[in-house]
Amino acid sequence: MAKKELFALPNVQTPNRPVVFDPDYCTGCNICVEVCPIDVYIPNPEEGKPPIILHPEECWYCGTCAVDCPCPGAIKFNWPLQARGYWKNRETGKIGQI
Amino acid sequence: MTTWHDYLKEEGRPPSWPYPVRFEQEREVDTDILVIGGGIAGCWAAISAARLGMRVALVEKSDTVRSGSGGPGCDHWCNAPANPLSRVDPDGWARHMASRPYSNGIGIQIQCREDFDTLLEMEQMGGKIRDTEDEYVGVEGRDDKTKFMISPRYGTIHSYFPDPRMGEPNFNPPETRNNVVIRVWGSTFKPALKKECKRLGVQIFDRVMGTGLLTENGIQGARVIGATGFDTRTGEFLIFKSKATILSTAGAGSIWFMSMELGGYSNMHSRAISGDGTVMAFRAGAELTKMEAGGVVRIATGYKHKWYTGGGDASYENVPLVDANGKRLPYPIQGWVDAGAMVPAPGVEEKIREGILKGEYALPFYADFPSMPKVEQDATWKLMLGEEATTKVIIKTFNEAGFNTRKDMLQSYKFIEGQSLPQWREAGYGGGLLVDWNLKTSLDGLYAAGTQMFAPEDHSYAAATGRYAGRKAVAYARGIGESKLARDQIETIKNRVYAPVRRSGGIEWKELHAGIARVMQYYASEFRSESLFKMGMDALEKIETESVPMLYALDPHKLMRTLEDLSILEYAKIIIQASRARKASSLPLGFQRLDYPDVDPPEWNKFMTIKLENDKVKIGDLPPEFWGDMKQQYETHNRDYEGVYRGK
Ligand SMILES: Cc1cc2nc3c(=O)[nH]c(=O)nc-3n(C[C@H](O)[C@H](O)[C@H](O)COP(=O)(O)OP(=O)(O)OC[C@H]3O[C@@H](n4cnc5c(N)ncnc54)[C@H](O)[C@@H]3O)c2cc1C
Ligand code: SF4
Ligand code: SF4
Repeated sequence: MAKKELFALPNVQTPNRPVVFDPDYCTGCNICVEVCPIDVYIPNPEEGKPPIILHPEECWYCGTCAVDCPCPGAIKFNWPLQARGYWKNRETGKIGQI
Repeated sequence: MTTWHDYLKEEGRPPSWPYPVRFEQEREVDTDILVIGGGIAGCWAAISAARLGMRVALVEKSDTVRSGSGGPGCDHWCNAPANPLSRVDPDGWARHMASRPYSNGIGIQIQCREDFDTLLEMEQMGGKIRDTEDEYVGVEGRDDKTKFMISPRYGTIHSYFPDPRMGEPNFNPPETRNNVVIRVWGSTFKPALKKECKRLGVQIFDRVMGTGLLTENGIQGARVIGATGFDTRTGEFLIFKSKATILSTAGAGSIWFMSMELGGYSNMHSRAISGDGTVMAFRAGAELTKMEAGGVVRIATGYKHKWYTGGGDASYENVPLVDANGKRLPYPIQGWVDAGAMVPAPGVEEKIREGILKGEYALPFYADFPSMPKVEQDATWKLMLGEEATTKVIIKTFNEAGFNTRKDMLQSYKFIEGQSLPQWREAGYGGGLLVDWNLKTSLDGLYAAGTQMFAPEDHSYAAATGRYAGRKAVAYARGIGESKLARDQIETIKNRVYAPVRRSGGIEWKELHAGIARVMQYYASEFRSESLFKMGMDALEKIETESVPMLYALDPHKLMRTLEDLSILEYAKIIIQASRARKASSLPLGFQRLDYPDVDPPEWNKFMTIKLENDKVKIGDLPPEFWGDMKQQYETHNRDYEGVYRGK
């Protein structure tokens, strides 16, 4: 178990989480770390675990980390709130959003 | 655990830097052809040089597999007038394109003559350029014999510029179409290019940022004989010795943006593009041109809603735009009916805006996918948006969230979010290195390709000019012997590169970036004049003398960002100095001078050039079509051109 100590931390960068990893599917192969042109990630010190998002605010949303990941379900793209697009069903008029 | 904060909270300490740290340690690399920037132009340059049997080193700041603006993909191979379905003559189309003011007739001629050959070579390497699986049978523009998918773009005119003939329905009947643009599966390209580089034995230096050019005896303006770089993960210093060097680091992306953190940067360039190559070349004495050009950012991510949010600004795509009540807007689309318009004719946007105010059109607007035939929906959604670079992940997330082109209309942000601020400008598609018919810069031994050159075009242009620069650099390098690097020049660069990591505190790159952007917003944006330029130069110089000596970088990654912003600082100064030299306003250059309000007076119809001589700025000029007769010049310089690669 991790320690439950309250740390004094600076605010998080915004946006903070361009992707969400699923540790159940992610093999920690670090392919996403290598394809990312920006080095948003670093490999996890613990082998086999998902990478760590170190420079999220530098992401240019090229999407190649998510597109080139060989393990389905391991990485999900996570658009920041202000970039989530809308749509409308033509018949019902119902609004959808990613 | 995914983010750094999560890690810290769970582990009670931050992760250690994951790579070995080798600040200031040196490694020397000897090669024939050095390519700096492994994007589209750089990969093609490396491949074409390696195919001619030369030793090639390719230096890329990111990882070549997906780096650069074209790394994630490309759906339009634009301006391939030599393709078998084209109805225009390549030389005629080249002249047509080059008739746009301040374009680059040399690069355009090369593109129009050679980019179809380049595309066929892309296919040889494993890139997908035809509908081989018959996925889009029945889509307009698909040729059943070749399985090429012709795009509606540039249907009857090259429509980068507003033209009153656009926007009229059925303006573009099948029998008069140009057929110059081919839809492609560009997400397959970059990995295939990297693979081919490896197969040919190109020495790839990924995560190495080029930081300076080395010249004979270290003299500004002398022959280029190599370059320096540093590893952005380890901090190691690399020294490259070469017979010829090709610069292909593209332009500069973010000079006028204070923050780069709002949802993905902000224009048509990769985040990694920061004017490094242009600044390196300028410092070495190379001549630049069109550096005063610029324009308001139209396609922005974050600041404005992402154009590429799959029809996020659907006006760019080929889906009919309707208002909230389903009424079709008189806004031309890049579809067959509207001549493949990329930009609406003047007045169209204003008319719609007025319509919004009068209640004629209800907001928000939508891209009406369901109104299109199903195969056209698929070609737009899966091929056009699916392959157009950063859009691949967008359609993926939309699909996963339940969006369906059969039923749903995508919101358009074009009008609802308002105009870009005039202070949000971009320089990336204007200025760059001056080149001749060999794509040689004004310095011996130094070549340029793609967006690195002045007045660049698009992906196929970068590919074709990279391929061309590769073979021209080889021809030059064959006659070059050993050269000796000047140690004092290396030391000067090294001191500049590592200064921020030798300090233990101070200001960091983000603040530097914002400071430069602010200066540019105030003193080199919508309104320009000598007195504003003076204030701008003074402000940038103040940053240089007071803040730069305080720059601090904790690790190799932050050092990379710091050096990028130092490039941007130099780039900003070049822009202001080049702007000072043009004493007239100009529409095509996006250049409005309050003190010289005359717009495009004939005597100023010329390229202004800028370079350093003995560290002093020297301004020059060149006539509008300084490249001469495009067809004739191309043919004189390319008698030995062999067409599509036939080797193994
Ligand atoms: C979202 C998007 C969609 C696009 N869609 C299309 C399309 O469908 N059709 C089309 O024709 N065009 C399209 N483009 C434009 C096209 O991608 C560019 O024209 C093309 O990539 C330019 O090629 P380039 O080689 O000049 O630059 P890039 O491909 O950007 O390559 C420049 C390279 O230099 C590297 N670099 C930068 N600085 C350094 C340094 N100091 N040291 C080492 N390396 C460095 C960068 O990392 C990068 O890899 C699109 C662009 C974007 C952003
Ligand atoms: S997300 Fe995918 S690519 Fe990244 S480490 Fe996990 S499995 Fe590998
Ligand atoms: S979207 Fe692109 S820049 Fe962002 S983390 Fe993924 S690979 Fe890196």
